[in-house]
Amino acid sequence: MTWTAEKPIVSLKDVRKSFGTLEVLKGVSIDVMKGEVICIIGPSGSGKSTLIRCINGLNDIQGGSIFVQGKEVHATNLDKLELRKKVGMVFQQYNLFPHKTALQNVMMAPLKVLKENKTDVESRARQLIKKVRLEGKEDSYPGELSGGQQQRVAIARSLAMNPEVMLFDEVTAALDPETVKEVLVTIRELAEDGMTCILVTHEMGFAREVADHIYFTDRGVIVEHGPPKTFFDDAQDPRTKEFLGQIL
Amino acid sequence: MKRISGINTPLKGGMAVLKPFDINALSPDGYIFTRWLAALPWWTPLVMLAIIWGYPTIAYAQSGLSIYDAFDALWRWMPFLLVSGFSFNVLISFWTLLIGTVAGVALGLGQISTFGPLRAFSWFITQLFRNSPWLVILFIVLLALPFEFTLFGQTIRVPDWMKGVFGLSLPIMANISEIVRGAVQSVPTAQWEAAESLAFSRRQILWQIILPQCFKRMLPPWMNWYAILTMATPLCSLLGIEEIITLSRQAMESEDNQPELLVPFYGFALLLFFVYCYPIARLTMRLERHYAVKL
Repeated sequence: MTWTAEKPIVSLKDVRKSFGTLEVLKGVSIDVMKGEVICIIGPSGSGKSTLIRCINGLNDIQGGSIFVQGKEVHATNLDKLELRKKVGMVFQQYNLFPHKTALQNVMMAPLKVLKENKTDVESRARQLIKKVRLEGKEDSYPGELSGGQQQRVAIARSLAMNPEVMLFDEVTAALDPETVKEVLVTIRELAEDGMTCILVTHEMGFAREVADHIYFTDRGVIVEHGPPKTFFDDAQDPRTKEFLGQIL
Repeated sequence: MKRISGINTPLKGGMAVLKPFDINALSPDGYIFTRWLAALPWWTPLVMLAIIWGYPTIAYAQSGLSIYDAFDALWRWMPFLLVSGFSFNVLISFWTLLIGTVAGVALGLGQISTFGPLRAFSWFITQLFRNSPWLVILFIVLLALPFEFTLFGQTIRVPDWMKGVFGLSLPIMANISEIVRGAVQSVPTAQWEAAESLAFSRRQILWQIILPQCFKRMLPPWMNWYAILTMATPLCSLLGIEEIITLSRQAMESEDNQPELLVPFYGFALLLFFVYCYPIARLTMRLERHYAVKL
């Protein structure tokens, strides 16, 4: 199957995932078009993070299928490394490489994985660090940076691979309230640049502002989805209403 | 003070209950020996000297050889014991560390291989040599290895000391294998995931991201094993290898085997081991404390 821009760039069809006997995803289907920003929200333990980790093959699945640019993620013959060059991921705990400086963290994957020329990579990495507003922090080690700064380095590190899709797994959940904003601003700019983004988030205001489409998951299924306005103002399902009632 | 569960930690709720015996409370880490050595005061050798000096005076005051004769003999043999004897122990320890480290790193990486049979094999070899008496391993190696072998038509003799090195390398290899495995597994799995999602291959993740982070963690236990291994080099004297203990015995024989010589000669050997290993132990414990705080 060849992929064209009219088809979804990421497509989940009836995805099922269990850990032992515990079924965490019970048939989830999502389509994401190129340039779209998707927010997945829902109570903790509803399988949001598991879902997003399936998209770049960090988790395997027991049923259904996931396609990224027309390639099946869990096909046995898939080149996982090729997939991951196209799908960037940012984690809740940043997971920067502690023995490398901010600049080295950003440069490492393009140098070692894509085998690109060092001067090109360095100038791109410096631009990316500028883009996430961390000029002057190039030579700092992760241990010397605040949580919000580390998370922005992590975003730059992912972007350095020039991915087609970015996955954000509760990237502000571990941050202090005052640093949440600087990370969200960075993500919003990315979205405005036309990057396809799939976010798992608890930031409802942010979701409403940047998302093209909101998915609400509970107990392994998608209960309701829609554009932010209809979703937040006119939720239909009682579970969605209850959740939004607690949060907003 | 080290907290030992069931010994000096306060009981929760103050109930007088007998805690289950926890063997890890007695050996919480691999540093028992080094910690003990590093905790000795610097003047320990002076006390040792005093004992060495005093012993023949008290014990054999009535026999023929005087304390001055005994030390005169030691004085004459000292350069020989130091240059031919102890430096050979140091040489053995270097070679053992080198071979043990190279083989141990390979074995440790085998223990975390994705290939099941290799993992099982590496685990078995590690456990086998970690838990066997060193002297038994030494004898097996000495008797089982050929004294010469032919390579490309050239006959190469294997000297006995090289067999001793090989025999000592085996338990060192096994312990370093465990250090490598433990250090790699101590890196959070999130580091693997972050690297995986950046399209690094498993080999790249291990060599470029995980192992560089492990290096600092592995350094103190590695030095700890070096000190232990150096202390074990006199075992080679049982194989007839001419290191300090063998030479001390020969020296005493040539001095007519006077019993007054025993304590000065062996005490001198003890002193040399202390002077050599003590700084290593101090440095190891300093690094251990340093890296425990800052990783």
